[in-house]
Amino acid sequence: MTDAALPPAVAPARPATAAIQKRLKARYAREKRFRAYGLIAIGIAVLFLAVLLGSIVKQGYSAFYTHAVTAEVYLDPAVIDASNPGGANYDQLIASQQLAELGVADDERGTRSTAMRALFSPDAGFGLRERVIEDPSLIGQTIEFTAPIGDDADLYFKDDISRDTPQAQRRLSDEQLAWLDRMEQSGAVTSGFNSDFFTRGDSTQPELAGVLGAVIGSALMLLVTGLLAIPIGVGAAVYLEEFARKNRITAFIEVNINNLAAVPSIVYGLLGLAVFINWMHLPRASPLVGGLVLALMSLPTIIIATRSALKAVPPSIREAALAMGASRTQSVFHHVLPLAMPGVMTGAILAMAHALGETAPLLLIGMVSFTPGIPEGLTSPSGALPVLVYIWENASERAFHERTAAAILVLLAFMIVMNLVAIVLRRRFERRW
Amino acid sequence: MTMNPDLVAPSREPRQGDVSALDTDRNPGHAEAPVPTVVHPGLTGPIKIKAEDVSVFYGQKQALFDVSLDIADKAVTAFIGPSGCGKSTFLRCINRMNDTIPSARVVGKITIDGQDITDRSIDPVLLRARVGMVFQKPNPFPKSIFENVAYGPKIHGLTANKTELADRVEHSLKRAGLWKEVADRLESPGTGLSGGQQQRLVIARAIAVEPEVILMDEPCSALDPIATARIEELIDELREEYCIVIVTHSMAQAARVSQRTAFFHLGQLIEVGPTEDIFQNPRERRTLDYITGRFG
Repeated sequence: MTDAALPPAVAPARPATAAIQKRLKARYAREKRFRAYGLIAIGIAVLFLAVLLGSIVKQGYSAFYTHAVTAEVYLDPAVIDASNPGGANYDQLIASQQLAELGVADDERGTRSTAMRALFSPDAGFGLRERVIEDPSLIGQTIEFTAPIGDDADLYFKDDISRDTPQAQRRLSDEQLAWLDRMEQSGAVTSGFNSDFFTRGDSTQPELAGVLGAVIGSALMLLVTGLLAIPIGVGAAVYLEEFARKNRITAFIEVNINNLAAVPSIVYGLLGLAVFINWMHLPRASPLVGGLVLALMSLPTIIIATRSALKAVPPSIREAALAMGASRTQSVFHHVLPLAMPGVMTGAILAMAHALGETAPLLLIGMVSFTPGIPEGLTSPSGALPVLVYIWENASERAFHERTAAAILVLLAFMIVMNLVAIVLRRRFERRW
Repeated sequence: MTMNPDLVAPSREPRQGDVSALDTDRNPGHAEAPVPTVVHPGLTGPIKIKAEDVSVFYGQKQALFDVSLDIADKAVTAFIGPSGCGKSTFLRCINRMNDTIPSARVVGKITIDGQDITDRSIDPVLLRARVGMVFQKPNPFPKSIFENVAYGPKIHGLTANKTELADRVEHSLKRAGLWKEVADRLESPGTGLSGGQQQRLVIARAIAVEPEVILMDEPCSALDPIATARIEELIDELREEYCIVIVTHSMAQAARVSQRTAFFHLGQLIEVGPTEDIFQNPRERRTLDYITGRFG
């Protein structure tokens, strides 16, 4: 049993070791605390994001479906003149037949049929009219027709209008609600995907309003912005970083670029209004002017990002190229810029995403005006997604409320798609190593 | 002495310093004059590079003081000295890499084959095609092994077609003793090689443009002893064809690879001579102190 005679395996700690050990506990505790702070911060950020997205989705999802009433319509030859099928009042035709179906008699002044007409979208009459003009032989027959309903009726079916609200404070009377209930019970009311929302431009009627015009307007604007801001910004950054002499003038330019990045975007809108519209007489509210303004706004961001990406390229690569006898231009374009490309792309993506969401400057160049159509080119009046959100949010019709949230979702989706494309492009630009 | 017409071209990178005032009393044919053995002992062959009173300033600070030195062709010349002694600064004058530092100013005259390379009319791009350089840290381009070696011939238009280019790449890699290791993976990244292989790749890249001079700035300081030995062997082989100038912190390396050694201290050339003499029988006290490890 020699082991027992040996001194204990753990030698008495040196005083320094003991002190370090004591501090070690505090050091680990500090590390743990810091990690906990980090987790809390991320948790709060995720929570806010979830609340934000959740509330938008909750408000907006109902805009993606809509209701319609399918009914038998007797195309009464007494109402529709066969020689002029476009001249008849089809809205009234649908409304009066619906009243008859429900067994409600119209009064002399037509109050009830007017109330019934209000339940349908103006598009119902147009749709029926087009069908008759296309095929006049239908006159005198009874056809099955699916009529889109109006925004208020749609909201009622979406449980957005409550009977508990006093009649005077809601857009639909008790009588109209009763009619809607009976229509629903008869199985005439169907709900389906709201394709109009994605295939139409803006409209004063919420049920006819869509985002397509704004999406195309935004896409055209970003095209102009990207084509101008990225090459000019990268070119300016390469020149300033790699070629320009470092003197007072370049220092002055640098300070100004940094300042421009912090200028409020509405100032760019004023500049665009003064220069592009008032002086150059470019068409108001056009994607061309919008793109130009957003390009001006994006330039500082792209220049700053590109310059820092170029600065991050190790000088050994520049030296290697120069020592091989490459000219300055060759060393920049063969080696330095390709290495900086991921950073450049990141800056460009950020700038473009920022440009997509920008509203204030577009309001000033006339995009806040009502543009119902779908833009046909760079110079035709157009809307933009963020401006559409702004316009709809200010609209008085209740149905625009859900559409505002839906438009925000479309804007977010647009941004995600754009960023994905940019990331794929960046991957391709990146060297394989 | 023949002037190389390639070297006389409009300069795209004007030099910062003006040497014309200092050069008025100099004879352009000076390089042909017999070399005074007292000043330039240990020359083993014809003079390739001749430096006369070269000083370098970084802003207000002078880094190199009136260095005059002849460097022989087809031989290895080593520059030794403690850190900051100006040996790398002098090396970078030979291919005018100091031009890329805005605050640097070079005064004096350096000739290669009798032609003044510090002259404004000399295009540094052309000069660097004749004077290759290998840096302290291996710096292959983040491209394939093939692209790394092919880059020089490509930008200088040295090959007419792809086959010629491929031949030249193969020849250069063979010359740098790297071919066997990379022949089957020419398309893989040059940055994926080991440090020693990268440094040989960089040497292959330099010799692919058929330079006359190869400058090496501490080429082995980032390498392990085995890779170092490999590079030293390579330097010894390349000496037969090129004028090689190597800056090194390792005195043992200088003793192994060079025929002639120059000792720099505090921006001055203290002593130059045959390598054996410098290490065994230095004339200057400071040289002795340095090689025996008393400072540096």
